[in-house]
Amino acid sequence: MVYLTRQEHFNAAHKLFNPAWTKEENEAVFGVCANENWHGHNYNLFVTVKGLPHPDTGFVYDVKKLSVLMKEHVIDYLDHRNLNLDVPFLTGTMCSTENLAIAIWNQLLPHIPENVQLHCVKLYETPRIYVEYFGKQE
Amino acid sequence: MQKRVSVYRKEHFNAAHRLNNPQWSKEKNKEVFGPCNHDNFHGHNYELIVKVTGEIDADTGYVIDLKKLSDLVKELIIDRFDHKNLNLDTQEFKHLNPSAENIAVVIYELLKPSLGDTYDLQIRLYETERNFVEYPVL
Repeated sequence: MVYLTRQEHFNAAHKLFNPAWTKEENEAVFGVCANENWHGHNYNLFVTVKGLPHPDTGFVYDVKKLSVLMKEHVIDYLDHRNLNLDVPFLTGTMCSTENLAIAIWNQLLPHIPENVQLHCVKLYETPRIYVEYFGKQE
Repeated sequence: MQKRVSVYRKEHFNAAHRLNNPQWSKEKNKEVFGPCNHDNFHGHNYELIVKVTGEIDADTGYVIDLKKLSDLVKELIIDRFDHKNLNLDTQEFKHLNPSAENIAVVIYELLKPSLGDTYDLQIRLYETERNFVEYPVL
């Protein structure tokens, strides 16, 4: 099995704010991340697929096609956007990095061809904080 | 005469912003600033490098105590901008477009009075890994 990863990035605003809680409860749990006027990040996104190299091309998957998939189904929705306000597939979701990684996985999965498997979505919120999602574990 | 050396301190802040000239039409703002003009803001992990140049103190071997420089940058800059919306939450950008260029100049002007004429000061600000600015030009 060979693992192939493509990196993309997007710059976005967000806040961590549970609308069912008071402002004080949000600040107690989320601290500065609850700023009602949002803050922002340069997110770095790594998408890994796995499979075997095709004998004709030597590719697990054409990484240019993976880049196009990521741009069309993820980056175009998220880049230079407000994650809380502007993104249809995040509506009603707390905009943590964890939930964002899951949402990105769900955006990509239907478009991954049959001969490869989506292995991991790794999302850096800052250089020091990242999450990894490997899909639903059966 | 003691040798002159430059010392650098790196800090970071995560903030939301948008680029917009209120004197222009919506169309002109969109044309000039592109996605940076989106209504609901976007964001960045800003990386700040503060460069202080001066003579080595004969007693300490320091140009400047970097712990004190870090505390100064945190107090005057990071506490002001981190996890904030630069357009909505700050006095400095109430009427000033928060481009990386303008942010670098503002940071310089906030820090310089505390450092006085003993040191030369230069600010380098990364808006993303690929885009950064410096002020002043030495």
